[in-house]
Amino acid sequence: MILSTSLNSTRYTFFDKLKAVDYFLIIIVAIIGLMSVFAIYSTESGNFSFYTKNHLTRFLVFFSMFLVLSFVRVAVWYRQAYIFYILGILLLLLVIFFGISASGSKRWINLFIMNLQPSELMKIAIIVCFARYYHRIQSSDIQSYKYLLQPIILLLIPCYLVITQPDLGTAILIAGSGLAIIWLAGLNLKYFIYSGLILLVSLPFVISILKPYQKSRILTFFNPDRDPLGAGYQIIQSKIAIGSGGMLGKGFLLGTQSYLEFLPEKHTDFIFTLFSEEFGFIGSMVLILLYSLLIYRIIRIGFFSRSYFAKLYCFGFASALFLYIFVNIAMVVGLLPIVGAPLPIMSYGGSSMLSIMLGLSIVMSCKIYSRDPIGN
Amino acid sequence: MIKKIGNLNKNKIINRRLFVLVAAKIGLLGIVTSRLYNLQISDKQKYEVLSDKNRIREWKTPPQRGIITDYFNNVIADNQRVYQVHLSLEEVSNFNNSIFKLKNIISLKEDEIKKIYEKKKKSKPWDTLIITENLSWKQFSKLNLYLHELEGAKPVLSTSRYYPYSNDLVHVVGYVGDATTQDIKSKKKIEENFVPGLKVGKIGIENSKDTDLIGNHGTKRYEVNASGKKISEISYNKETQGENLRTTIDLEIQRLAQELLKNQAGSICVMDIYTGEVITMASSPTYDPNKFTHGISNKDWNEIKNNKLRPLQNKSLAGLYSPGSTIKPLVALAALEYGIIDTKFSVNCKGHDHPYELYGERYHCWKKNGHGLMSLRNAIKQSCDIYFYEVARLLGVDKLSLIAKRYGLGSKVLEDFFSEEKKGIVPSTKWKKQVLEQSWYLGETVITGIGQGYIQTTPLQLCLMTAQLANGGYKIKPNLIYDKEIDLDIIKSKIESEKNKSVSQNILKDHEFKNYERLYRNPNNIKLVLDAMYGSTNEQFGTSFRSRHKEDKYKFAGKTGTSQVKRITDQDRELDLELEEIEYKSRDHALFVAFAPYDKPRYSLSVLIEHGGSGSKAAAPLANKLIKKILDRHELRENIRKDLKNIT
Repeated sequence: MILSTSLNSTRYTFFDKLKAVDYFLIIIVAIIGLMSVFAIYSTESGNFSFYTKNHLTRFLVFFSMFLVLSFVRVAVWYRQAYIFYILGILLLLLVIFFGISASGSKRWINLFIMNLQPSELMKIAIIVCFARYYHRIQSSDIQSYKYLLQPIILLLIPCYLVITQPDLGTAILIAGSGLAIIWLAGLNLKYFIYSGLILLVSLPFVISILKPYQKSRILTFFNPDRDPLGAGYQIIQSKIAIGSGGMLGKGFLLGTQSYLEFLPEKHTDFIFTLFSEEFGFIGSMVLILLYSLLIYRIIRIGFFSRSYFAKLYCFGFASALFLYIFVNIAMVVGLLPIVGAPLPIMSYGGSSMLSIMLGLSIVMSCKIYSRDPIGN
Repeated sequence: MIKKIGNLNKNKIINRRLFVLVAAKIGLLGIVTSRLYNLQISDKQKYEVLSDKNRIREWKTPPQRGIITDYFNNVIADNQRVYQVHLSLEEVSNFNNSIFKLKNIISLKEDEIKKIYEKKKKSKPWDTLIITENLSWKQFSKLNLYLHELEGAKPVLSTSRYYPYSNDLVHVVGYVGDATTQDIKSKKKIEENFVPGLKVGKIGIENSKDTDLIGNHGTKRYEVNASGKKISEISYNKETQGENLRTTIDLEIQRLAQELLKNQAGSICVMDIYTGEVITMASSPTYDPNKFTHGISNKDWNEIKNNKLRPLQNKSLAGLYSPGSTIKPLVALAALEYGIIDTKFSVNCKGHDHPYELYGERYHCWKKNGHGLMSLRNAIKQSCDIYFYEVARLLGVDKLSLIAKRYGLGSKVLEDFFSEEKKGIVPSTKWKKQVLEQSWYLGETVITGIGQGYIQTTPLQLCLMTAQLANGGYKIKPNLIYDKEIDLDIIKSKIESEKNKSVSQNILKDHEFKNYERLYRNPNNIKLVLDAMYGSTNEQFGTSFRSRHKEDKYKFAGKTGTSQVKRITDQDRELDLELEEIEYKSRDHALFVAFAPYDKPRYSLSVLIEHGGSGSKAAAPLANKLIKKILDRHELRENIRKDLKNIT
């Protein structure tokens, strides 16, 4: 069966492939990338130095990687899905032994050219893995305990490894992405309701095992003025920055909150704050619109894909991407507690950029090789 | 087939599930958008204010104190450039370490370091601490050299008060010091313009005129970053200098007066008898006000505080003394005004063997052998006590008290200008009843007649008394700050019109007098008293004859006084000790009042030497030197007066 599939695989001319590329998606990514470079440039008060140079380089490298990897057949991703997952788990284990610590958590491995954050790669690996997993399963079998338990275990392993780093934010994003695919595959609604109730009941227990800083973050979320110079400082300053931006913003390079260093982590998790302070409500809406268009294009690609793998992957990735964006923005505007979650493409950070570009290249591959009848 | 149906279902399920997800995404996007709308559109102003509060910080710059000059525009309280080190506590990570480094660089002393630690305790973590207020140029340049090693330390070029004539004017000008909580509370102007390290007047003109002198603080607005570091200056509302003040003091005469009082305790006051301008108000001993500007050291403070001659006391207006015989012209005037005596009234002074007796008490004249038969003029001239015992007895203390108060005794000369000024005491039967709850004895009247007993006056009051006699008997308004409203020509014309005014029935009763109003009933009575004072200084047997000026233009008239500090016993009288043989504290105070020039009086003065012995020996000779100086400078002063008048 598998053999015949590979034999039957469609032959594509180079021209066919180029024609199949979603240029609109590429343009959107390029625009967001360009905006991110300017935003990072602004965090350095208009100096073309360390962060800007690094960010620009990473964007160019990973953007090129995205374009090149787009031409890898989607079947390859399908076949290597579990390998990808296992590789991710191995890297997470490596972090435990050889990881680099920074500000109290151990998340990175030194790869000499960059510090890789395996949990970021895991965000994509889990989607690829689940897409493959549910590709084969009949919708009638999905509700069986066997097929319920297996993905939960697959999901719990990376989540546990990431939580213990500790990195609650990324763990939530991995779990969210996984759950999105389980949901798409058609698991009965009642399971989601049950597990939601169980989570609610076990909440006191969960809170009791949280680290003190995580507890304080959550308490601070409910009342930032509890400790305005400590845990509440970031969110208060972030709200001040966004609010004072107003309709049109303070102007490029004129954001006083970030320029005067009132904003912490302005080039990573709080890049949206800086952007919003300088470009105002209008600017924020433009950025959100660009992200929405990007997600729309990904869903569209999934919609026109024939294989379940491609569909599940595209829809899953689009949902994950939305989740990343929503969590980050909701966090900086004070709708969610501060958990480390970067804004895709905009935030400074190599691993995040790498995983997003990798994820996008699989999407593009789904588009280019949409006629490939994977596994069916 | 089944598979296909299943797969068809699967496709459907995925699409349906996606639809739900997309709907959820749109919902969440709506929430984020409305949140952004709230923050950036609805609450924009609130966050704009918060953002400005974040980034803008205000610094107050100290106001500049006004300059104080004497009448001739010589600066007597100046602002001097000083080099200071300030330490911004916010920027200091290790305070002990910073102080240690500073100690080595600008060589701080142990007690200075102790003071710094005390100040640190009282200050807030964002305050700026003034480490030293007055660095030498050498220290300052060394500090600048090592500045990079000293976090938070700032070299500051500031101004501080400087008194060029240090000791000579402290009792007039006063001094400044750090504002206390009390200072800030009591004066609104200080509260409004307070900056850390602000100096305020503690005593003297610096204190009374603080509100005029202090000026307004400036405001510098800076943009700061999150760690409070100044990034750029946004605006600078410059501080302003307080009003410059011209006093009525003549620096030259003041300095001469201080020189004459050197090594003695005493006071010299000089006044313009028409304008009431206080030309000199010297008090001895003095101290250096500059020592107070940057906080006086304990050693210096103890030295001043423990000095038995009380340098801190302004003897001119806070020292109380029995006027002694300097009151005799006033007693004579009172008796004449009430018609108790006439000029021919005489009393026989027969010396210590035949004292004045009243109800068994005996009252002696100072002159052992007696003055013989004394008429009014002679009694003033030779200061016969027996004569005034009798006049006082006839007059009664209440009439005497009324006239004494009218001519300036018993009330503050400069009103509330100086907080330390004392009123003194002019006794009356009513006063004794009220204050001591006792009835008056006639014997007390008798000794009041020679300025002893309950009566207490300040040297400045005696100077005013003399002025108001010398100007012909008109009330004047003493003042220490030049005031263009007080115009000599206007005063003179007012007096001229008062002279010809018919006397009111009430002139001998107690009532309030306006400025420049006549105080006497009969001008001849004043003339007679002034003539007797002329005799006292310029005729043989006059008590201040030896201190006279022979040259016509310097001729002055005066009255000596010797104020007993304890009752003279018969034994003392028997011993008749020389001054040097008496214990310092028991020696009499020497007094002298005078006016000059005699023919056209213009200035009055009073001299007091604490425990100086007799007025004629200790006090009158100083007047001789002073009057020459005063009259020599008269023309200069009048020129300035004209110039000042023309400016306005």
